[in-house]
Amino acid sequence: MKPHDETMMLQTPFHSRVAKACELNQWDEWKGYTTPTAYAEVEQEYFAIRNSTGVFDLSPMTKYRISGADAELYLNRVMTRDVSKLNPGRVGYTIWCNDAGQVMDDGTLFNFGENDYRLCSYTRVMDWLQWSAMGFDVEIIDETADVAALAVQGPTSCAVLKMMGFEGIEQLKPFGITHFPFEDAKVMISRTGFTGDLGYELWVEPAKAESLWDRLFEAGNNLGIRAIGGDALEMVRIEAGFLQAGVDFVPAEETERIGRSRSPFELGLSWLVNFDKGVFNGRQALLKEKREGSRYGFVFLDVEGNKPAEDSFILKGGKEIGTVTSSAWCPTAKSNIAFAQVESKYANTGENLIAEIYYQRELKWTRILTKCRVIESPVFSSPKRRQTPAPDF
Amino acid sequence: MTNSHYDIIIVGGGHNGLTCAAYLAKAGRKVLVLERNGQVGGAAVTREFADGFRVSSCAQWLYQFNPSIRAELKLDQYGYELAAENLSTIALAADGNHLTLSSSGLGGTTVSEPDKKAYELFMKQMLKFSGLLAKASERRVPKLLEANWRDRFTLFKLGLGMKLLGKEDMQGLLRIALINIYDVLQENFDNDLVKAALSLDATLGTHTGPRSPNTVFSFLHRRLGEVFGFNGVSVVKGGMSTLSQALASAATANGVEIRTAVPVSRINSTADEVTGVTLASGEIVEAPTVVSNADPKTTFKNLLGFPKLETGVVRRVSNIRMQGNVAKLHLALDSLPQFDGLNENQSGQRLLIVSTMDGMERAFNSAKYGEYSQQPVMDISIPTLHDKTLAPEGKHVLSALVQYAPYKLKQNWDSVKENYTQLLVERLAEFAPGIENQILNCELLTPVDLEREFHLAGGHWHHGEISLDQIMMTRPFPGATQYAMPLTGLYLCGAGAHPGGGVMGLAGKNSAQEILRNNRSKSNHAGKKESVA
Repeated sequence: MKPHDETMMLQTPFHSRVAKACELNQWDEWKGYTTPTAYAEVEQEYFAIRNSTGVFDLSPMTKYRISGADAELYLNRVMTRDVSKLNPGRVGYTIWCNDAGQVMDDGTLFNFGENDYRLCSYTRVMDWLQWSAMGFDVEIIDETADVAALAVQGPTSCAVLKMMGFEGIEQLKPFGITHFPFEDAKVMISRTGFTGDLGYELWVEPAKAESLWDRLFEAGNNLGIRAIGGDALEMVRIEAGFLQAGVDFVPAEETERIGRSRSPFELGLSWLVNFDKGVFNGRQALLKEKREGSRYGFVFLDVEGNKPAEDSFILKGGKEIGTVTSSAWCPTAKSNIAFAQVESKYANTGENLIAEIYYQRELKWTRILTKCRVIESPVFSSPKRRQTPAPDF
Repeated sequence: MTNSHYDIIIVGGGHNGLTCAAYLAKAGRKVLVLERNGQVGGAAVTREFADGFRVSSCAQWLYQFNPSIRAELKLDQYGYELAAENLSTIALAADGNHLTLSSSGLGGTTVSEPDKKAYELFMKQMLKFSGLLAKASERRVPKLLEANWRDRFTLFKLGLGMKLLGKEDMQGLLRIALINIYDVLQENFDNDLVKAALSLDATLGTHTGPRSPNTVFSFLHRRLGEVFGFNGVSVVKGGMSTLSQALASAATANGVEIRTAVPVSRINSTADEVTGVTLASGEIVEAPTVVSNADPKTTFKNLLGFPKLETGVVRRVSNIRMQGNVAKLHLALDSLPQFDGLNENQSGQRLLIVSTMDGMERAFNSAKYGEYSQQPVMDISIPTLHDKTLAPEGKHVLSALVQYAPYKLKQNWDSVKENYTQLLVERLAEFAPGIENQILNCELLTPVDLEREFHLAGGHWHHGEISLDQIMMTRPFPGATQYAMPLTGLYLCGAGAHPGGGVMGLAGKNSAQEILRNNRSKSNHAGKKESVA
C-alpha cells in the first residue's frame, strides 16, 4: 500500500492518463482510490461499451493472492460454490457467506494452477480470509496495489487487442486466462467483464500501466475506443443483470441492523451454492433456509414507461412487499429495468406488481404507480459474449 | 473398524465425562468412554509423585460436587468417601496472628468486631446470590434467541429468583455483579488479610487480579459449593481418584464400557454430522453421537480440525480466553511441617499464603507480562493429616496451588522450574520454618505440565475462563450453548460447557440430560437433527 503521506486518496497506476482524459473532472471514491464517474458524456461512454470498446480502470478492485498447499481446500471452505471444479486457467464468479449463510460479497476467482489463486472482491476482507485460514496451509497476500487492471469491453474489444499485437486472443474462451509478453514484462488477459458482452480484462504490473493504456488507445483509435467511468458501467451492468455489492445487497459483515443482510437464495444466486462438496461457511444456515424457505426473493422487473424506478417501493394489492435496489432505462434493450427484493412469495416469473415511482421534472415532484412484471432473465445478453473465436465486430 | 455398535462415544474420562456416561447408560444408552491417560478422572486424580507418596495431582479440594449426582448415581456404594469435610480456611499472617474463615464466622486476634459482623453479612448475601447462580447451573442455560417454552421458563425462574431477593439485595447484585472484588471488599472490610484471603477465592485459577472485572462473578461461582451443602472444602479419602473411580464404577455398573490409555486422535465427521472417532491406533469406532469431555479448543482445533468447521465457529473457539495461571507444588515430607502458630488440627485446614490485595494485583501484573510473581500466593493442603494412606507412616504430603504462574511465560518453563520451586519453598519457609529440610522429594507442575498431563489447553483447569463473557449462554462460545455443538451429534460435557469448571459434575449431568432430550429413542436417531443450534 502507498502511504497516505500527501493526499487522503490513493491514485491508480493509470491516474496520469485517466486524469488527462477525464474532462468533467468528476471523481468518486472506490475503496480509497479516486475513480472517475464519467469522462465527458455518460451516454457516449455507454454507447462505446455497447457499440465499440469502452475502457474502464478497475485497478481499485480488491485483489487477494491465495496460494499454498491447501489453497483449493481453503477456498472450498470459504466459497459456497465448488472451487475444485474451477480448472486451472479459468475464472469463476463466486460468492461467500458468513456462518449465518448471508452473502458477504461476490467476486471473481482466478485459478492460476498449482494451488495459486486470485480473488477479486468489492469488500476488503483480509480479516475474514485470515480467520478462515486457521487450520489451513495457505498464504494470503493483498495485491490490490501490485496489479494494475483495465477492463476492455465491447464488440470491438477483441479487434483492439489484436491490433495491439496479442495474436490469437480471439481463441480465448469466455472465463479463460492467457498471457502475452508486453514490452519487457507480461500482460495477463482474462475474458471476463461486467457488461454482458464480449470483453476482456488486462492485468499488468503497475510500472507498465501507462504504456499499456497508451498502446491500447493507439490501437483502438479507429475502432471507437473510449474511456468510461462508473456511471456508464452502472448502466451496462444493470442491463446485463449483474449484482453490485453495497448496492443490491449489503455485505453481511458490514450490516449493523438485524435482518438487513441477504442469503444467496435471496439474491437469486442459488446456482452458486453447492451442498455436495462438504463443509463451507454458511452451509448449516443455508440447509436450514432451504428446508424452511427464504424471506425474500431477488427479481428483475420490467417496468412500464421510461421513468427509472429508483429506490421505489414495490406494491402488491396496495401493500408494500419490496424495494428496488438498482434501476435504469436501458438504451440497447430499450426497456426500463429494476432489480428488486420482494417477499419471497411474490418472486415468481410473470408476477404482476406495482412500482411506486417518484420523479422530478423542473423542480416538480410527481408520484406514479407503474405496472411492472417479474421477468426471468436480464434484458441484455449479447451472443458475442460466448462466441469463440471472438468476432472482430 | 469394530463391529460393536455404540449409541454414544465419550471422548475423555474426566469426572464430567464419567458422570455424563453414567447418566446416559442409566437411561439405556450404549456408551463407550475413551480415556487417553492410564487412569480415569482427568484432573480429578490421585497419583504417586514420589516413592510411596500419593497426591491429588490437579484438583486438591472437593467443595462443589453436586449432591444430586452423588445420590442419583449412588456414589457412596461405589466407594465415595471423604476423609475430612467442612474444613476452615486459615489465612496465614507473617506475625503468626492468623485468621480463620469458616461457615461459623471470622476468627483471629487481629479482627475487629465490625469486620466480624461484616463478614457474616457479606457471606450471607453472597450465598443468596450464589443460590441464584446454582439454580441456573443445575439445568441447561436458555438460548438468547429462539427461546422455547423450557428456556422461557428457566429465564422466568431466574428473573423471579432475582425479584424474590428483595429490592435491596437485587440492587446489590446488579451493582456488584459486573465490578471487581477489590472494590467490593474495600467497601466491606478493614482487615487487609481478610480482604486478601477472600480475593484469592475470586481470582484462583483465572487470569485476573483482584481489580479485574468479572472477579465478583468468579467469587460467586466458587461459592456454589455452599449452596450444594459444602461448608468449606473437603478432602476425598484416597485422593480425587476415589471420586473418579466411584463415578467410573457407577458408570460401569450401568453398562458403560470404559477404555483407558486409548487416545482419540480424531472425531470423525461428514459435512453435517459426527460419525464416530479414530483412535491413535488407527482403529475407527462409529457412533451417531460423540460427546467431548475435552476442552473446547482441544475439541474443535485438534479433534475435529478447524477445516471441518465454519469460519465464525473457528474464530469464536480461537478467541476463548483460557490461559492458566496456576502451578501445582507437591512436597514429600519426612515429618509434619511446623507452621508458626498452628497446631496439628489447624495445619489440616485449608491454608492460604496471601499478601494483600495490592500485593496480589502486583503479582497479577507480572503474570500479564509473562513473568511469574516473586510473591506467590498459595492455597495449601496437607491431605496426610486426614488420610494416612497417601504417604508412608509418619511422613506427609503437602500439596499447594500456586498463583500466579502464567502459562505464557517469557522463558521456557522448564528452564526456570528449579528456581521457581526454590522460590516457593522459601515462601513456605517464611511460615513453616525448616520445611526446606523436611523435603524428601518435590514436584512442580507448571501450567505447561498441567496442559501436557491433563490435556487442558492453556493449562486452564476450568477449560476456559469463568467470566461474564464466557458463562451461561455464551459458554463455551456464542452459538454453541446447551451442550450441542455446531455439528449434529456433537456435544460438549466438560468444564468448557455450562456451568463451568470445578469438580462439580453438573456439566456432565446437564449434558447427558440434553442428549437424552434431543434423542429420546435409543434406536431412532432421526430426532437428533433438532439439536442443531
